[in-house]
Amino acid sequence: MSTAPTPVPASPPPVDLVNVQINGQWLKFPKGTRMIEACRQAEAMVPHYCYHPKLSSPGNCRMCLVEMGMPPRPTPGQELEKDEDGFAKIGWMPRPVIACANTIGEGMGIRTEGKLSEECRKGVMELLLINHPLDCPICDQAGECKLQEFSVEHGNGESHFREEKVKKPKNVDIGPRVRLDDERCIMCSRCIRFTAEIADDPVLGFTERGSFTTLSVHPGKRLENNYSLNTVDICPVGALTSNDFRFQQRVWFLKETKSLCTKCGRGCNMEISSREKEVFRQTPRENNDVNSTWMCDQGRLDFHFVNSEYRLTQPLIKVDGKHQAATWKQAIAKIAEALKSVKPSEIAIIGSGRMTNEELYLSKCLIRVLGVENFAVIPRTGGADNYLRADDLNPNSNGVRTIWGVEPGANLDTVFENITRARARVVLVLGENLMKAGLEARQLQKIEFLASTHVLANATAEQSHVVLPAATYAEKRGSMINVTGRLQKLNKAIESPGEARDDWEFLRDLILAVSGTNGLYSVDDVFKQMAGEIELFKGLTLSRIGELGLPIMETSEKVPVLEREKERKAKGVIVG
Amino acid sequence: MSTTIPYKPGKEPHAREHRLIFRNVDRADYDPSIDCYIRNGGYVQLKKALGMERQAIIDEVKKSGLRGRGGAGFPTGVKWGFIPPTNTKPVYLICNADESEPGTFKDRYIMHQDPHQLVEGMIISCFAVKAQLAYIYIREEFPEAAIILEKALAEARAKGYLGKNVGGTAYDLEIYVHRGAGAYICGEETGLIESLEGKRPYPRIKPPYFPAALGLYMSPTIVNNVESLCHVKHILEMGSEAYAKLGTPNNTGTRILCVSGDVQKPGYFEVQVGHVTMGEVINDLCGGLKPGRKLKAIIPGGSSAKVLRADEKFKLKDGRELGIMDIPMDFDTMAACGTMAGSGGVIIMDDSRSMSWVINNLNQFYAHESCGQCTPCREGSLWMKKISDRIVAGTASPSDVDELLRVANNIEGKTICAFGEACSWPTQSFVKKFRDEMIGDTKPELESKIVNPETVLAAANLV
Ligand SMILES: Cc1cc2nc3c(=O)[nH]c(=O)nc-3n(C[C@H](O)[C@H](O)[C@H](O)COP(=O)(O)O)c2cc1C
Ligand code: SF4
Ligand code: SF4
Ligand code: SF4
Ligand code: FES
Repeated sequence: MSTAPTPVPASPPPVDLVNVQINGQWLKFPKGTRMIEACRQAEAMVPHYCYHPKLSSPGNCRMCLVEMGMPPRPTPGQELEKDEDGFAKIGWMPRPVIACANTIGEGMGIRTEGKLSEECRKGVMELLLINHPLDCPICDQAGECKLQEFSVEHGNGESHFREEKVKKPKNVDIGPRVRLDDERCIMCSRCIRFTAEIADDPVLGFTERGSFTTLSVHPGKRLENNYSLNTVDICPVGALTSNDFRFQQRVWFLKETKSLCTKCGRGCNMEISSREKEVFRQTPRENNDVNSTWMCDQGRLDFHFVNSEYRLTQPLIKVDGKHQAATWKQAIAKIAEALKSVKPSEIAIIGSGRMTNEELYLSKCLIRVLGVENFAVIPRTGGADNYLRADDLNPNSNGVRTIWGVEPGANLDTVFENITRARARVVLVLGENLMKAGLEARQLQKIEFLASTHVLANATAEQSHVVLPAATYAEKRGSMINVTGRLQKLNKAIESPGEARDDWEFLRDLILAVSGTNGLYSVDDVFKQMAGEIELFKGLTLSRIGELGLPIMETSEKVPVLEREKERKAKGVIVG
Repeated sequence: MSTTIPYKPGKEPHAREHRLIFRNVDRADYDPSIDCYIRNGGYVQLKKALGMERQAIIDEVKKSGLRGRGGAGFPTGVKWGFIPPTNTKPVYLICNADESEPGTFKDRYIMHQDPHQLVEGMIISCFAVKAQLAYIYIREEFPEAAIILEKALAEARAKGYLGKNVGGTAYDLEIYVHRGAGAYICGEETGLIESLEGKRPYPRIKPPYFPAALGLYMSPTIVNNVESLCHVKHILEMGSEAYAKLGTPNNTGTRILCVSGDVQKPGYFEVQVGHVTMGEVINDLCGGLKPGRKLKAIIPGGSSAKVLRADEKFKLKDGRELGIMDIPMDFDTMAACGTMAGSGGVIIMDDSRSMSWVINNLNQFYAHESCGQCTPCREGSLWMKKISDRIVAGTASPSDVDELLRVANNIEGKTICAFGEACSWPTQSFVKKFRDEMIGDTKPELESKIVNPETVLAAANLV
């Protein structure tokens, strides 16, 4: 069973190491490690409900009770009895301790298996279930419920409970996006701690006492802060559900794709849950350099347009003032012809800070090939909220700076003036709605040839001579650089509807059509070519970026939520 | 004791009593004013204390052997010594006047009739541990006592014993009365602290939060029971050596027994710890059982203490063999008999009592008072109540009695605070000691008939 101490590779850099015996095996861990984390590193998972590494540890669910022992304290001059590994024999305590809130100590023994620990778990499991509705088939959490999961492993086959269950409020409206079923609540207080400790909006709390304890929202208050849906993620059971997602889809049918939120410059890491061509929900994915384990409601819920009926699904060419369906080939030929028919100074290209690096790179190639000087990116700012949201609402402004070499917004007035003065005769707009950016229909009408790419039908598309249906973030692979200078990767969750296409493909074809050069078969090729040209990307490939991204630029941007978490971690309040 | 003190007729202390703390309780010539207290030698010990080294006071309390009277019997001087020597934060002292343990009714008399004794004891204790802010946390159900204490504090302030420059020294101290809102768990010291901080009284997990190191506002905090703090004054008065001669070794001083239940004269009795036996409590102090009744059971130290059965015999490690009536009323023997002296609440039950009813009554209390923070106690306390409800109602089957024990075993030792033991010990001991009687209250023919209501619905495909 036991072996000599072996360092656990997952430990942070050498600090004071402590010897701990876990299920008979001696291992070393940094001083101050919580017992539950030491066990996790030793692959002895301790089931838990209330513990969350990013929140304080109230130790209330008691699911993590384990058997613990310490070497006896020697009396002066006494030699302690040693085991075969040379460690002092452990004096096991008759009472279990919680693994979540206690830290390890030199010579400590932990048994996550064995009679005491198993009895405790079974007992707690049974007690959690007696007043819990046993109707998993109609609960929206089924399939990702910790109560369901652990009761399979640690529960009794049948209920001993011969009493009436406690009745509590169901389907409680506590806020615009989150719904509460008090009968399913196991009173772990995670949601309460989240609202108090992370969102600074302590609107949740318990009322009543004992078994009648009821989670509720403070009278006159609502759970409506922009981070409210994180409570749904961390609720271990089906007590808190998302109004947007509940009963839309059984979770076991969903496919998860690791991607990014593109609704602001933070680039929160997230998972896109989809089934076939439809996105059903987005949930945060842990990245301790970007968004911890959280994301804002605004970003999380902004996906319904992906499946909107207003999606453009076909290239359109205006004939006699009316849009007619066309093939990509016809549309691209039309644009290439227009671009080639005027002087470079008569062309304007308007790009977007929402484009991926790869799209920015190809559009920059186009700018170069054509010799265009009239180009600009539309800026968006004003998002900062002292939590996660960045002031910059474009997800890839740093990509614009790096690849186009311009500041978003720079040169925009000139470009607009050239349009309004009819000096720009051919205008290519990539993913932006100019009429939202301040231009009016009559001004756009002065453009001899306007081509634009869009996800949804809009007023600029309406004015365009050629309209191209673009892919959304959920439909593409590519990279972006967030506000802290981190290079991160988007992954494709679903197929685009109809003929809609990833912008990089269209840009490649357009370059081919205007210049005849090519050689790019995949978005990976685009990145490779870009990496050969741009110093910041040197030596990288799209796949080498990894799921958590890479820091490639220095910026002074700090993430308020992460700064506060660092502070709490330093104080030992959270594990982090 | 002092035979010269005139007590109210019918309220005279029993000859076996030794009154220190209750010296002025039920006196005919006594009122709660500071003048009366001072006329009777009050605040002399405070003046003496203010002239002493702080450590010397703590040492006196240590040497006196005083053990806390709130329930756990922890040595008071040792607790005071837990304040970290390197501490730079303010130190707080809290008087636990939550007196909520069923069967316990002693602190209320001190507060009603002799409040300045408590105030003096607190000021001395505060001075000793360097606390400059102290609270009396008093249960909601003592509104009168709260008013009396407020008045006493105002009087002490007017005399210069509180506020700036206590007794003319450089020491400043304020004491405030804080009223609870009607929850037993506010008597648990960390729940009390949370409540005082304005939060729900959720007891804190330990470690790391031992109040003497990290208490109120995460500063060192001494929590002591009303009676414990009063003893401090008498320790200074008598000297620790003389005080330690009262009682028995390791169980020194006097303590107030609160006797309730089936005796002729229930009431409070201050005796030297260990100097009277259970039999003497019943027969001498309380005038015996009711006519024609036989002793059945005793809960010796507040409702949380394990019950003793009348015919039990206790073989102790030191060789003594005791019957229930021979047990001396002290901390250590009571523990050796598998129960506890606790808060001093002695509940006597005769053969007219149904044990199923008694345990149901206790379970009702604990289910109502569980704070609900941790799973085993929150869910288990109500479950036990529901099972014993059925036993009393005659709708239980024999296996329910064992189920009751199983639930209690799933609570004990697995909770955040000692309420887990407080609520499981009664059930464990009643089932262990009165199993046959409880089974007698159940119906074997119901065994297969009682099913979980949910199961019935499930069988009918309704859930
Ligand atoms: C559930 C529970 C209730 C308690 N209630 C009281 C109480 O009402 N009064 C009290 O003095 N101590 C009570 N205690 C004990 C206190 O936690 C604490 O130990 C005591 O106040 C310390 O004072 P002492 O050392 O002077 O006894 C209670 C403990 C528990 C676990
Ligand atoms: S609603 Fe969920 S997260 Fe909140 S206390 Fe209940 S079980 Fe825990
Ligand atoms: S903070 Fe920004 S990146 Fe993160 S979820 Fe919200 S909008 Fe998306
Ligand atoms: S043991 Fe009971 S009273 Fe104590 S913290 Fe847990 S639920 Fe609350
Ligand atoms: S995880 Fe809940 S008590 Fe440890």
